[in-house]
Amino acid sequence: MTPPYRYLEGIATADVAFEARGATKEETFLAAADATLNTMVEDIGTVAPREGRVFSLAADSLDLLLFELLQELVYHKDAGRLLLRIRDLRIEEAGSGYRLHAEATGETIDSGKHALLADVKAVTLHRLVVERTPDGWRAVVVLDV
Amino acid sequence: MSVPKDIRRISDTVWEIPLSHKAGMLVPARVFATEKLLSEFDDGVFEQITNVATLPGIVGHACCMPDGHWGYGFPIGGLAAMDPECGVISPGGIGFDINCGMRLCLTNLTYGEVQPHLRTLVDRVAGRVPAGVGVEGTVRVSRDEFCQAVEQGARWAVKRGYGWMEDLERTEEEGCLRGADASRVSEKAVDRGYRQIGTLGSGNHYLEIQVARAENVFDPETARAFGIVLPDQVVVMFHCGSRGFGHQVATDYLRVFLAAMRGKYGIHVPDRELACAPFRSPEGQDYFAAMKCAVNMSFVNRQVILHRIREVFSEVFGKDPKDLGMRQVYDVSHNTAKIERHVLEGKPRELLVHRKGATRAFGPGMPGLPDIYRKTGQPVILGGSMETGSYLLAGVDTGDSTFFTTAHGSGRAMSRTAARKRYRGRQLQEQLEQRGIYVRTASWSGLAEEAGGAYKSIDDVVEATEHAGLSRRVVRLLPVGNVKG
Repeated sequence: MTPPYRYLEGIATADVAFEARGATKEETFLAAADATLNTMVEDIGTVAPREGRVFSLAADSLDLLLFELLQELVYHKDAGRLLLRIRDLRIEEAGSGYRLHAEATGETIDSGKHALLADVKAVTLHRLVVERTPDGWRAVVVLDV
Repeated sequence: MSVPKDIRRISDTVWEIPLSHKAGMLVPARVFATEKLLSEFDDGVFEQITNVATLPGIVGHACCMPDGHWGYGFPIGGLAAMDPECGVISPGGIGFDINCGMRLCLTNLTYGEVQPHLRTLVDRVAGRVPAGVGVEGTVRVSRDEFCQAVEQGARWAVKRGYGWMEDLERTEEEGCLRGADASRVSEKAVDRGYRQIGTLGSGNHYLEIQVARAENVFDPETARAFGIVLPDQVVVMFHCGSRGFGHQVATDYLRVFLAAMRGKYGIHVPDRELACAPFRSPEGQDYFAAMKCAVNMSFVNRQVILHRIREVFSEVFGKDPKDLGMRQVYDVSHNTAKIERHVLEGKPRELLVHRKGATRAFGPGMPGLPDIYRKTGQPVILGGSMETGSYLLAGVDTGDSTFFTTAHGSGRAMSRTAARKRYRGRQLQEQLEQRGIYVRTASWSGLAEEAGGAYKSIDDVVEATEHAGLSRRVVRLLPVGNVKG
């Protein structure tokens, strides 16, 4: 199955940019999380659901909410050497902003098992966008690697 | 690709984009490049360097080095000096990998002596200096000890036996930016960094065994002063930064600045990656103190890596590293913001100099240089691709137009995705081995991304810096062994 994201050329030469799509905001966020993981691991299917993490995040806008979610994945990659996939995710409006609740599962990095690619340093705000399209939602993200 | 129509040639290697180019520009932008390099720049460079020219308090020119390419906020290769009293500090002018930099170490061995042991050396160094995604280092410290380390910098490492006292004077800022305050750093940053001391990272980070061939010594006298004295002398160069710690510091303050910039300070910038705060504001000073911790973490990291390299050479050759002549030449940073004294419009001024993918290159006699390099100017280490080689340059006294700043490397010419499509990691490793370059990598696709063809010509970049009077060639160094992150 074709993943619901694709890597983009011509945005930031030295880094990694991707576009994620989905029918809903939630699907788009899930796709963006997988695209971030796939930047670090060649086959995200090799990341087994051995440990869980729960995220409750808030931001003033949807794009910054996505920034916060992806930044959590980058944080756990270093702090706990954990590769995480988001399994379930809910987004709701809260006042003038948004709140997100997500459940993630994954496992410790094992270079024998996971074909590792680039180490993501950070999620950037460069050209970061989350927007509605005629057939759903799309997000564009540039990762610093 | 389109070079702005209103760009003006100042000389063969200096180009200026005027204030009229974009609303809000406070100073003109200057691009330092040959005509060939200028024509190869991606569009983002011109957009971004003219955005930098709109930042409050910027003085002189917003500058882009010859290896410039599209970054976020600032271009890579970007330089901006601010008036610290009325100007801003911007994490986007430093980069996420705070104090990413280069270190060069000598040996008194020739290639002929090293060649039979090359595989062993590369394999053992790769085992001793962890590289790749989320790796942990071999120096175990508590969180409290880590906080001491990031306040003290390389001296912390040397005091614990990781290196020699003389390494400190051969490191920019003597391996410690004073005023680092770990209380300005988040728990998350410490979580990400405290197990990573002595790690290389990934992407374009590498550790390389190189050879200084006699025909590549451009200035024998300066080369001698820098310690390059033998034909085919072997040296070790490496490139890495402040790891997850620095990345988190930058991310944390990007958030803080984004919130404070518009509401509290009424600053509007054309790109959110240029999020900034007045340097003298509480937010600006907190970031500056936290950023200094990340600068120091990077000095600690490179100090420990140097120690590991010395250990491996010592084991393989059965001699003390001192008897192997393993003195450090220098350690330079290419992602920082620092307070420096420069002459602006004829008057000495204190300025906040942002360098992102740009290297400080102090000329002869400038304060801040150790006595050993006072006559020669600062050693400048420019990392090239693993195929084409790297350079050791020297700072010059004509560098004032860029506040004594020069390039930092080759600069990417091809995206990572395009490089992965064009090159295959395993095949590339075999090809390089046939050319006498033994490579160990943490990732095959990562290796493909770093193929020489993905980069601009480092010779062109170095030539442009020399013609523009920013730095001068001393030695070109050719790779023979490489550990790729």
